[in-house]
Amino acid sequence: MTTLLVDPNVATNELPARRRGGLWRAVRGNRKAMVGAGLFLLFCLLAAFPHLFVPWQHGDPRDIGDIPLLHPSAAHWLGTTGLGQDVYAELIYSTRESLIIALVAGFGATILSVLIGVSAAYLGGVADDVLSALTDIFLVLPTFPLIIVLATFAGKGNLVVVIVVLVVTGWSYGARQMRAQGLSLRNRDFLTSAKVRGERRSYIIVMEMLPTMSSLIVANFLGAALYSVLTAAGLQFLGLGDPSSLSWGTMLYWAQNQGALASGFPAWALAPGLAVAALGVSFALLNYAFDEISNPALRPIRRSRVKRAHS
Amino acid sequence: MRFLLRRLGFFVLTLWAAITLNFFIPRMMPGDPVSAMKARLSHGGHVVDVEQLRAMLQQFGFDPGKNIAQQYVEYLRNMVTGHWGVSIGGTLGAPVTKLIGQALPWTLGLVGVTTLLAFLLGTFVGIIAGWRRGGFLDSVLPPMFVVTSALPYFWVALLLIVLFANGPHALLPNDNNYDIGLTPAFTGPFIVNVLKHAVLPAATILITAIGGWILTMRNNMITTLGEDYVRMARAKGLSNRRVMMGYAARNAFLPNLSGFAMSLGFVIAGTILVEYVFNYPGLGHMFYSATISTDYPLLQALFLLVTLAVLICVLLCDFAVFLLDPRARAKG
Repeated sequence: MTTLLVDPNVATNELPARRRGGLWRAVRGNRKAMVGAGLFLLFCLLAAFPHLFVPWQHGDPRDIGDIPLLHPSAAHWLGTTGLGQDVYAELIYSTRESLIIALVAGFGATILSVLIGVSAAYLGGVADDVLSALTDIFLVLPTFPLIIVLATFAGKGNLVVVIVVLVVTGWSYGARQMRAQGLSLRNRDFLTSAKVRGERRSYIIVMEMLPTMSSLIVANFLGAALYSVLTAAGLQFLGLGDPSSLSWGTMLYWAQNQGALASGFPAWALAPGLAVAALGVSFALLNYAFDEISNPALRPIRRSRVKRAHS
Repeated sequence: MRFLLRRLGFFVLTLWAAITLNFFIPRMMPGDPVSAMKARLSHGGHVVDVEQLRAMLQQFGFDPGKNIAQQYVEYLRNMVTGHWGVSIGGTLGAPVTKLIGQALPWTLGLVGVTTLLAFLLGTFVGIIAGWRRGGFLDSVLPPMFVVTSALPYFWVALLLIVLFANGPHALLPNDNNYDIGLTPAFTGPFIVNVLKHAVLPAATILITAIGGWILTMRNNMITTLGEDYVRMARAKGLSNRRVMMGYAARNAFLPNLSGFAMSLGFVIAGTILVEYVFNYPGLGHMFYSATISTDYPLLQALFLLVTLAVLICVLLCDFAVFLLDPRARAKG
């Protein structure tokens, strides 16, 4: 649903940011972008240095602890699980895998959509027809059930399987947008001049076309990352991930399996989901803010800014 | 006319792709289905002999003796003619079509209605937010719905359970489609019971789905309002409502309509998760249990059905665009 936030019509008539400074200033000036970037930075810190946030945690947070099923307290901020693991420590340490899935799968899907979308637009003719049909088919095929079918036949997925599946199912929406943008660029003068100069096709695509599409590519990456976060968490929640991995979805799976809600431990059941939601929100906010930055018409109207200045 | 024919061609092509995926995925996976299934089925104490299994698999199109092209043709024929085989999971031996028939109305009633409601409501709010640029709706809604549209379905479901359906004095039930022990009938109390059970799952879908529609519709509206034909409509002195609905919204709605068809994949993902959390006996829940019991025929039939449903919706949206947009008609 949220990948739809990037509207193809809006995307095609945007202008690329001219200077790095301009883009940075635009991000600074956009409240949504700042909140999204702040959240994202926080998650990066959590993923890189989890021990800083749980200094009292020694060893693997998955190790079975002393006292199961504690309610939140000063010693265990979010209580303990049915196996006595500290929920807060698990939550912090799980950031890494969830973030890796989001970034790697988002990156992979973006590359695939750029490759397919831009080639379709640039090559035209039969190649375009075939690639567009492929894109449309992947766009319409219900991917989540397909992922489940694949995961069922392939056995419980480890990290690599999950990421590959997310890339394979997550590229199509972006490819369609890339193609639309590529088509609008096709007859521009700077591409014709590159052709006349006798540049190779690969050079024209990589060095001439891609830079002008950078903001669309970034938006695409954010959308794909958001899709990956939510889908991976859903898969793991259903028990289709690796049940011994340290990630938010897996935590949710165990909480659900051990009846966290029914036995009155809402913190245990809700905290990992909140983390997934927060990461998703950070991507969605950044995505939306990029939309506003590249299309000034969508920006909040001055009135709100005046109000903010007074407050 | 060419436009419609092309869309029809796409329909057939995608359906064929889905059936083909269905056929090849189990055959590409490592392991021999007969022994895998025997190991699994004999697990619970009752031993199934190999001949029985072979017969069962044959019905489903697995026949290791035949060549793969022949199998494929037969499989295609079976799928098209509705011979979808029998369940080999928890509901051993029941025809897949019958199982699906039992679950389908619940999902259609819950998810179908809610999704349509979210789409129409979201579009309407989006129209107003985009029209009153800078107004209250326009400054409050976008940040709020960016957040709700990024929430995971299952988390919203769990949150709603914690808030409304937990503990001994729960406001609303948190599982099943109606109270156990009630006999389905068209009576007042039964219908009220069914509705009560549907409130939380429906709210979950509504909360997570509506944001996207509001945002895309608002953005489309804003883009359309900058068009010359809107300015002209204003200059002609048409009433505000006429300009809003007949000139701006009508055009802004078109991309949203094609977006609706494309988003159904997400709706289905949501359905599986929501029905799983609420234990709602619809297709999504069936999908989950078929996965857990590795019920291949049921799983494949469900996948095919879901693809078919999405494709029909895409086709309907195409027809709608065709009717609403003279440009599409002229091109076709």
